[in-house]
Amino acid sequence: MTDILMPALSPTMEEGTLTKWHIKAGDTVSAGQVIAEIETDKATMEVEAVDEGEVLEILVAEGSENVKVNTPIARLAGEDGAAAPAPKAESDKAQADAPKATAEGKTGDPEKAPAQTSTPKVELRDPEIPADTKLVKTTVRDALRDAMAEEMRRDDRVFLIGEEVAQYQGAYKVSRDLLQEFGDQRVVDTPITEHGFAGLGVGAAMSGLKPIVEFMTFNFAMQAIDHIINSAAKTLYMSGGQIRAPIVFRGPNGAASRVGAQHSQDYSAWYAQVPGLKVVAPYDAADAKGLLKAAIRDPNPVVFLEHEMMYGLEFDVPDVEDYVLPIGKAKVRREGKDVTITAHSRMVGFALQAAEKLAEEGIECEVVDLRTLRPLDTDTIVESVKKTSRLVSAEEGWGPMGVGAEVVARVIEHAFDYLDAPPLRVHQEDVPLPYAANLEVLSLPGVDKIVAAVKQVTA
Amino acid sequence: MAKAPAKSAQTTSPDKLPNTPTASKEDLLRFYREMVLIRRFEERAGQLYGMGLIGGFCHLYIGQEAVAVGVQESVKQGHDKIITGYRDHGHMLAAGMDPKEVMAELTGRSGGSSKGKGGSMHMFDVPTGFYGGHGIVGAQVALGTGLAFAGKYRGDDSVAFVYFGDGASNQGQVYESFNMAQLWKLPAIYIIENNQYAMGTSIERSSSTTELYQRGASFGIPGEQVDGMDVLAVRDATARAVKRAREGGGPFILEVKTYRYRGHSMSDPAKYRTKEEVDEVKKTRDPIDHLKMLLSAANATEDELKAIDTEIKAIVAEAVQFAQESPEPDPSELYTDVYVEA
Repeated sequence: MTDILMPALSPTMEEGTLTKWHIKAGDTVSAGQVIAEIETDKATMEVEAVDEGEVLEILVAEGSENVKVNTPIARLAGEDGAAAPAPKAESDKAQADAPKATAEGKTGDPEKAPAQTSTPKVELRDPEIPADTKLVKTTVRDALRDAMAEEMRRDDRVFLIGEEVAQYQGAYKVSRDLLQEFGDQRVVDTPITEHGFAGLGVGAAMSGLKPIVEFMTFNFAMQAIDHIINSAAKTLYMSGGQIRAPIVFRGPNGAASRVGAQHSQDYSAWYAQVPGLKVVAPYDAADAKGLLKAAIRDPNPVVFLEHEMMYGLEFDVPDVEDYVLPIGKAKVRREGKDVTITAHSRMVGFALQAAEKLAEEGIECEVVDLRTLRPLDTDTIVESVKKTSRLVSAEEGWGPMGVGAEVVARVIEHAFDYLDAPPLRVHQEDVPLPYAANLEVLSLPGVDKIVAAVKQVTA
Repeated sequence: MAKAPAKSAQTTSPDKLPNTPTASKEDLLRFYREMVLIRRFEERAGQLYGMGLIGGFCHLYIGQEAVAVGVQESVKQGHDKIITGYRDHGHMLAAGMDPKEVMAELTGRSGGSSKGKGGSMHMFDVPTGFYGGHGIVGAQVALGTGLAFAGKYRGDDSVAFVYFGDGASNQGQVYESFNMAQLWKLPAIYIIENNQYAMGTSIERSSSTTELYQRGASFGIPGEQVDGMDVLAVRDATARAVKRAREGGGPFILEVKTYRYRGHSMSDPAKYRTKEEVDEVKKTRDPIDHLKMLLSAANATEDELKAIDTEIKAIVAEAVQFAQESPEPDPSELYTDVYVEA
C-alpha cells in the first residue's frame, strides 16, 4: 500500500483546500496522471500520481478545507510489489523526516553553527629583499604592465581581455606592448560589452584558463557585477568545491579628475563585502607589481582596484627575478606612536603627507596601508592601534557602510580597551561626485581632512 | 507547440546531413531509457517537494525530455562543455550525472553533487562536462560563450552546448554573447528551449519577434527551428550544428520548440494557460509517446519497454532513498569551499 500525501505548493504552505478528486476508489492510476486539485490563497495545483496502482480508498473528501500538508489523502495498492519501492515504509519515513528537515532548515540553530574556522595562521610576509638589490624607478602603469607580461610569459593560460587593451595599447596605456609580444590570441580587444565579456571571462576561467579582465574603469564594471559576484565569487561554494574561477578583474577605481559622478565611484566597499572574492587595492608601483602577480596566480577570483591618478607616478621597484607579494597582508608605511591612520590605494599617499605635516606639530602618526581589503589584515591594524590607542580611517569612497566602518568595527571588537578616543572616519562627502572644480575638491577626502581628523582624535 | 507548427527554416544553410530521421532500435531504446529516467525522476522530485523534503525553488523538466536527450547524442563526454539555467535536472541526467547525487542535492544532503550547498539550480560535474546549473536568467549564455572561447583558445575541437529558454532570449547579455561568438567564430551551440512561457508570460506577450531561431540574424549567426518533442529531429539538427562548429564554422542557434507540462516552479498559479492547452500537448505531442511509436515501428516489444520501465523505477527509487538517507552536510561544511586554498 502507498499513501498519497497532501502536497505542499511552496515551502511556506502549511495547509490547503482539496478542491477536487479526479479519481475514485477502484480506479487504477498511472504515474503522471492528474488525480486531484489543490488550492491555497496563492495558487491552484494539480496533483499527479507518482506511484501506480489501484485506488483503495479516498481518505479526505473533495471540498475539504485546511488539510494539513503531509496528511494522507488517499491510499493506493501497489501495482506490482517488486517494482514499488517499499512504499509504506518510505511514506512513513518521509512524514517523519519532513517536519524535521523543514524545522532545521528554517530556524538553523545558531548554537550549532561553527565559528568561522580560523584557518591555521600562516605568517604572511613580504619577500626578503637583499640589501644590495637595485631599485628601479617605475611608474605604477609600467609596474602593472610588467606584472602581466611576466605572468603571461610564465603561464600560457593567462590572457588579457577588455576594451582597447590590444591595438590601442590600453585606454590608460597599462597594456602597452603586450599585443606585440603575445599576439591577438592572448591580448583580446572586446566590443563595448562589459556584461558580456565579464561573463565570457568567468566561463573561460571555469574551464581552466586564467583570464585578466580589464575594465576601462570599475564604473563600467557595474554593468558586469552580476558575473563578478553571482558567477565568479559564488560558484566554488555552490559547486561544493568543484568549479574554480581563477580570474582577475582589474582597472582603475574611484575618482579621476573632473569626470563627473558616473565615472568617479570607489567600489572598494562593494566588492570587499563579498565572500568568495579577494579584493586588492595597492598604493605604489612595487605593491602594484607584486600584488598583481599574486592575483594572477591566485586560484580565486580577485578584484584588483587601481587608481587612475596613480598610474603616472614613479616609485622604487626592487629589481628581483620574481617579485610576488602576499595577498591579505597590510603594510606599515610609517611608524608612529600617537595615532594609527589606515588607508588604501591613493589615500595612502595623502595619509603619508598628513603624517609629515602632523610630525612638524609633534604628532607621530602610524600609517597602515591596507593593500588588501578582503581578506583584511585585522592583526596588523589591531596591533598598531594597541600601540597608538587612536584610529583614523581614510578612504576615497562614501562613508556609510564603508571600508572605514569595517576597520573601526574590527578595532572596537579587538582593541576596545586600548582606545583613548572614539575612532574617526575620513571619506568622500555623502553626495554623487560633483563636476565643478571647487565642489569636487570639497567632496573628496584629502590631506587636510586627514589632518583635521587626527587633530580631533588626539585633542 | 500547439500554435506554431515547427519549421526547419534556416537563416543560412549549414552543411546538411541526410535529413530523414532514422535510428536503430538500439538507439531508440537508449533514448527511451534516458527520457523515461528524466520523467520518472522529475515526478519523484515533485513528490518529495510536496513532502517538504526539497525546499526553495524546484523547476521540473517534464515535457522537455526529448531536447536534452537528443542534444546529448552530439556531446563528446569529457571533452565538450554543457551549461544551462535553472531548469537543469534533465540536462544533468542526460549528461550522465548520477541520479542519486542529483536527488540528494535537491534534498540538500551531503551526498548531493554540491554537498548540499547548491540546490536544484546549482549543480556541476566536471567529468561529464556539465558546468551548471545557473540561477540568473541569461547568465549561462555569457558563461557558456566563455567555455567556447576556452575551447578555441586551447585549439581543441570542443564545443560548448549552451541551453537557455525563450525567457532568457530577451536578456541583453545574450546578444552581447552572440556578437562576440560570431566575431571570434566560437564553437558555441545555443540551444533555445522555447517552451512558450517565461514563468507565466507567454512568448507572444514578451517578444516582439517570436521566431527565436532568427535572433542571431543581425550578427550573422544561422539558426534552425526544431521540433523539440521529436528526439530524432533534435538529435539530427544538433549534429549538423556541431559538425559545423567543430570545423570552425562558429556559433549556431537551435530554437527547439517544446513544452513544459508542470508549472514554472512548484508554486505556479496555472492561470496563464488553459488546462485544455496543456492536455492537448500531453495527448498529441508527448515526446515519450512519440518515441514509443517509433519504437513500435522498429519492432521493439512491450516486454523490452517494460523491462526499461522497471529498471528506471528501481534507479529512481534508489535515488530517492539515497537522497533521504544521506545526512545533512556537517556544520563544518559551512565555511568550506569559499576560497581555494592556494
